[in-house]
Amino acid sequence: MKKVFARPTSLKDTPFHYCAGCGHSITHRLICDAVDQLGIRGITIGVPPAGCAVLAYNYFDFDMLEAPHGRGCAVATGIKRTLPDRVVFSYQGDGDLAAIGTAETFHAANRGENITVIFINNAVYGMTGGQMAPTTLLGMTSTTSPPGRSAPLDGHPIRMSEILARLDGTAYIERCAVNSPQNILRAGRAIRKAFQYQMDGAGFTLIEVLSQCPTNWKMTAAESCRWVDEVMAKTFPVGVIKDIGKGEKHAD
Amino acid sequence: MDKILISGNWACGEAAIRAGCRFYAGYPITPQNELTEYMAEHMRQAENGTFIQAESEIAAVNMVLGASAAGARAMTSSSSPGISLKQEGISALAADELPAVIVNMMRGGPGLGNILPSQGDYYQATRGGGHGDYRTIVLAPASVQELADLTMEAFDLADAYRNPVMILGDGMTGQMMEPVVFGKPRPRRYSEKYVLKGCGAGKSRFVRGLILDALRMEEHNWKLVRKYNVIAQKEVRFETFRTDNAKLVIIAYGIAARIAKGAINRLRDSGYRVGLIRPITLWPFPAQILRDTAERIGNFLVFEMSTGQMLDDVKLALDGRARVSFYGRPGGVVPTPAELAKAIVQEYQR
Ligand SMILES: Cc1ncc(C[n+]2csc(CCOP(=O)(O)OP(=O)(O)O)c2C)c(N)n1
Ligand code: SF4
Repeated sequence: MKKVFARPTSLKDTPFHYCAGCGHSITHRLICDAVDQLGIRGITIGVPPAGCAVLAYNYFDFDMLEAPHGRGCAVATGIKRTLPDRVVFSYQGDGDLAAIGTAETFHAANRGENITVIFINNAVYGMTGGQMAPTTLLGMTSTTSPPGRSAPLDGHPIRMSEILARLDGTAYIERCAVNSPQNILRAGRAIRKAFQYQMDGAGFTLIEVLSQCPTNWKMTAAESCRWVDEVMAKTFPVGVIKDIGKGEKHAD
Repeated sequence: MDKILISGNWACGEAAIRAGCRFYAGYPITPQNELTEYMAEHMRQAENGTFIQAESEIAAVNMVLGASAAGARAMTSSSSPGISLKQEGISALAADELPAVIVNMMRGGPGLGNILPSQGDYYQATRGGGHGDYRTIVLAPASVQELADLTMEAFDLADAYRNPVMILGDGMTGQMMEPVVFGKPRPRRYSEKYVLKGCGAGKSRFVRGLILDALRMEEHNWKLVRKYNVIAQKEVRFETFRTDNAKLVIIAYGIAARIAKGAINRLRDSGYRVGLIRPITLWPFPAQILRDTAERIGNFLVFEMSTGQMLDDVKLALDGRARVSFYGRPGGVVPTPAELAKAIVQEYQR
């Protein structure tokens, strides 16, 4: 019998603490799949954020260094410049990456740091209890936008991937989702491709993942998967945003 | 070794590179720009040397955190307002038990203040500065030569205790030029086992400050305290100057101690029996030498270019054993030895 599905070896055999239906756990597995497929577990160093994924080192079975809230790209820069032949990625939520850590993200991208960022966009601050994030949709309620996000008072949802794609230092940016088997497969390929680009020295790569947060969206897991397609993807369309075409030979 | 004439900021950069520092990130701020510029010019010529002009002091210290975890001797520098921004990162370095050297060439404050030499960041430097129960080793050079020597030593101390070390200078230490002979750096002694470099075929590791369980967090706090207690026992450094037969002792550090020496030499010439104790480590504070001195001498004058911060440590150390007075010049004022001598004479008469 041929084995077609297994737990990635770089994913520890530990139950996730994430809520049922959360996109974090799916994305964790995709990262581990990519690490296994590329055979880079031993040379990978991950940088987890402050956010729901703060305990990511309990799941990823490779070296990890915690970053203060928002500083993932600066910490990853320090590691990568010191150990240029390692595969270094930071894993960041939307509050982490697009609010408190905007400067670090923007400038690491602009310097073309040869690192990969996995950017979890769940349109809220998950860990702190569902406050408005820079990515919260217009009209969307949160604990700090109770009547719904108002453009004149709260500003607009930020499309970080599109902004970063305009910088000359970025090599590959794709927005994916993990709300259906098809999207999950595609997100997995994108993550692998980003790591491959990094191994080829292409520059800054970022995979944005539209990620269900059923708890703070106050939906069932199934509802939240539909909401990604029907609502969220209207503001954050999935697809390749930038690809300078390096390392293509390795990607499928 | 040749003696060269060099500014403090340059000497600090040169000493760091000679000591094997291979990662520097910084952000421009006066009066320490010459250090960042020196690193820009020389770090990339060193083998595997990295220089990054960061987008902020926050980014710089977090780059240092990453580089340090990955095994580099790493350093960042700034002046007062920028050091405030680095505090979250310094707290993280202490929590993660990572070595790093942070240079603060203090300027007048609070707020933007000015760009003149000052000593207003003593509390911030010696009390941890950032959040949580932690300590940084704080070294206070009083000359360019000492700045160069202490910079080399700072890397050794940071490695030995896996803890951030701060060099607390000021605008004058950084910008004045003096003759310097660079010492011989010691070979690095830092176990590979602390370096995060990818787990290879072995067991994966993580470096973190997050400890959600209260009892384990408490244990980590006590573990750090045990380390700090060893530092407090073994690493106290100070200088005494003309304290024999003194009737009054001045306590001053850094550039203020240089001014004090000038004042003391004059006063000694006119028959006043005054001396100086100069803390070189501000944390750990040289409390014992103050207590020992108070057995012979009952009159102490603390002189700082601030409104009186080290003053607290002197009072804590002496605990009522002697009379303590204070002369302070905050805001970027650098008093002359003659001005200080006047203040000393007033207290001397009492
Ligand atoms: C300096 C600082 N400010 C605030 C916090 C509190 N905090 C922890 S996680 C977080 C935001 C999490 O939201 P996001 O980045 O979107 O990640 P998610 O939890 O949704 O995955 C905040 C504000 C912190 N840890 N540090
Ligand atoms: S709060 Fe949201 S993001 Fe956090 S674990 Fe739960 S579902 Fe996931």
